[in-house]
Amino acid sequence: MPCEAAPTPNTKDRFTAKRLTRDEGRHLLTDAPLLELGARASEARFARWPEKVVTFVIDSNPNYTNVCITDCQFCAFYRKPGDREAWTLTVDEVLAKVDSAASKGATTVLLQGGHNPALPLDYYLTLVRETRKRFPQVTPHFFTASEIHTMAQVASLPFTDILDRLWDAGQRTIPGGGAEVLSTRVRSRIAPKKGGPEAWLEVHREAHRRGFKSTATMMYGHVETVDDLLDHFDAIRELQDMFGGFTAFVPWSFKPGNTLLEKWIKQYKGPNMYLRVLAAARLYLDNFPHVQASWFSEGKPTGQIALYFGADDWGGTLFEENVHRAAEYVNTISVDEIVTLIREAGFTPAQRTTEYEIVRRY
Amino acid sequence: MRFANSRLEPIWDKVRASERLSREDGLALFESDDLLGVGRMADHAKSRREGDRVYFVINRHITPTNVCVLSCAFCGFARKPGEAGAYEHTIEDMVAMVKDETREVHIVGGHHPDWPFEYYERMIQAIRAARPDVQIKALTAAEVDYFWRRWKIEPKEALSRLKAAGLQSMPGGGAEIFSPRLAKLLKYTGKADPERWCEIHGIAHALGIKTNATMLYGHVETLAERVDHLLRLREQQDASGGFVTFIPLAYQVAATKLVPRQTPPADSLKTIAVSRLLLDNFPHVEAYWVTLGEETTSVALHFGADDVNGTLEDERIQHLSGAQTPAGVAREQLFRMIRDAGKIPVERDALYNVVKIWP
Repeated sequence: MPCEAAPTPNTKDRFTAKRLTRDEGRHLLTDAPLLELGARASEARFARWPEKVVTFVIDSNPNYTNVCITDCQFCAFYRKPGDREAWTLTVDEVLAKVDSAASKGATTVLLQGGHNPALPLDYYLTLVRETRKRFPQVTPHFFTASEIHTMAQVASLPFTDILDRLWDAGQRTIPGGGAEVLSTRVRSRIAPKKGGPEAWLEVHREAHRRGFKSTATMMYGHVETVDDLLDHFDAIRELQDMFGGFTAFVPWSFKPGNTLLEKWIKQYKGPNMYLRVLAAARLYLDNFPHVQASWFSEGKPTGQIALYFGADDWGGTLFEENVHRAAEYVNTISVDEIVTLIREAGFTPAQRTTEYEIVRRY
Repeated sequence: MRFANSRLEPIWDKVRASERLSREDGLALFESDDLLGVGRMADHAKSRREGDRVYFVINRHITPTNVCVLSCAFCGFARKPGEAGAYEHTIEDMVAMVKDETREVHIVGGHHPDWPFEYYERMIQAIRAARPDVQIKALTAAEVDYFWRRWKIEPKEALSRLKAAGLQSMPGGGAEIFSPRLAKLLKYTGKADPERWCEIHGIAHALGIKTNATMLYGHVETLAERVDHLLRLREQQDASGGFVTFIPLAYQVAATKLVPRQTPPADSLKTIAVSRLLLDNFPHVEAYWVTLGEETTSVALHFGADDVNGTLEDERIQHLSGAQTPAGVAREQLFRMIRDAGKIPVERDALYNVVKIWP
């Protein structure tokens, strides 16, 4: 395990001389003319990444269990323990999924699951260790912050010990899911058992301190206000200043199908709001290297348009995905199609690793 | 405004001064990779005319028949007489298709080998009689030309009689792309050529019939051919002044496969924007959701489009050609596309009279 790094501000990654204020952020998220905002975001993207290259990763998002005790209102995927539709995979079954992804060329497996109190810590550590051993070409991009908290509770250990053990087992990156909107008000409304923003932030902070890389996600388009989104931006920008451990920001819009939250949604958030959030993030999160266009959640046309609004990454192939599928939202893609979509949008496609190193240019 | 591409700066000066753009300007806009720069200019031109308003109509497409004597290479809709899937609607069927709420019917069909002109006259009369409040937008210039080719009825006579029967406006289809090269290549030489198409619209305008114009893009045409098409329409509008809306139609790949994939959204957004900028004498430019899909349509409302067409309770031609959008979205879905863009939905009739500004 690496020694604890000192929290020195990571200002070298900023590309703007002047950091945007909260009021400026509010303007971008509300009334800035959309194309003017997009043009500014695109300028910022090319200032950081001058080449017209858009990266993507070959990955899969399997799940190890749908058992969950957290009852988030936005989730259509989980089942309570004992439910007749509840399932949990054995270590071998999960590894078979990793094998299947690897055989299709995946370099990243994003494994996540419900918060299942019946699973011992050893289950998770074995998954990491065996993936590293059997599939050296695959990065185990496993377990979001709230799953790490679940492991800590079950094992009666501090979550920092869990991070150390995952590191020792060979894990180096953590997926950014479960952030939802990092605002106390929103999280207590839609995910009351997941803890406030700090529950997510502390895991990423301590992970970055240990040398892990992670992503920051944001799921908007439900009960949040503009100030909640700004709280989210401020929290992750501040954390990024400490260690620079975030590789990318990945926003997506809430998919209401089959969820408790569905009936509370008054305003549909479509492609224009998505482009606005993405472009505002590119400008506001001045210390984030990458911003991802989510073809998966927003649709391929919006994904392509997003490349003009500050995004420099296309996300992944997502060979397996079950969480959105549970909300009756299904979208699939192949590597060939990704290459074609990026090219026809006017960019050079490049395959990357989990940590955004370029593997191959097309 | 700052541009990624300095070639756009002199064009922006002209746009701000409301000066007419040249053929070279049109080409520079199409060739520029500064998509948002082109879009912002078009948005300026659109907002100057219409502010945040975006129009739609509660409409119904009626396609009397898919039987067609032509074999256009881009069409997945036409059938030969007796071929599997060929159909011919009776007038009674068509009258029954018009619902209580419908404000506009849009009637376009194949060039039927046998149906006499009088059948169309009776069709329009019957719809008019059954639904006097519904506006009838019917028959493309290509179909009107076909009445001359098949039955030797002059366009002026045909349009006068159709107007007397109840026709109020004409759709803009059948223009395809104004290029003798493509007419030959894509086998639409048997259709009204550009001069004839424009002549017929001019005759309609002289008779007080408002019309639309279209351009089929995203197949094998060049950017110069697109620009020339737009400029020919602009010239005709200067001469006769009766065009209301320009509708760029993205080629639907499906069965005819002139190109492997539908042109990407960035190209459609740019085409809408350049159309808005070049067609300075057209009141409206439409983002037609059936060919673009809901997402691109919604974004296009920032790229110069001020109309999304309508509820389209039956949109057979584009649907059979493979448009992936469900045939017939409800008004609520149109609101969604318009409001997501931060625009104000304005319900209109076929002639752009405002029916209701939705809060």
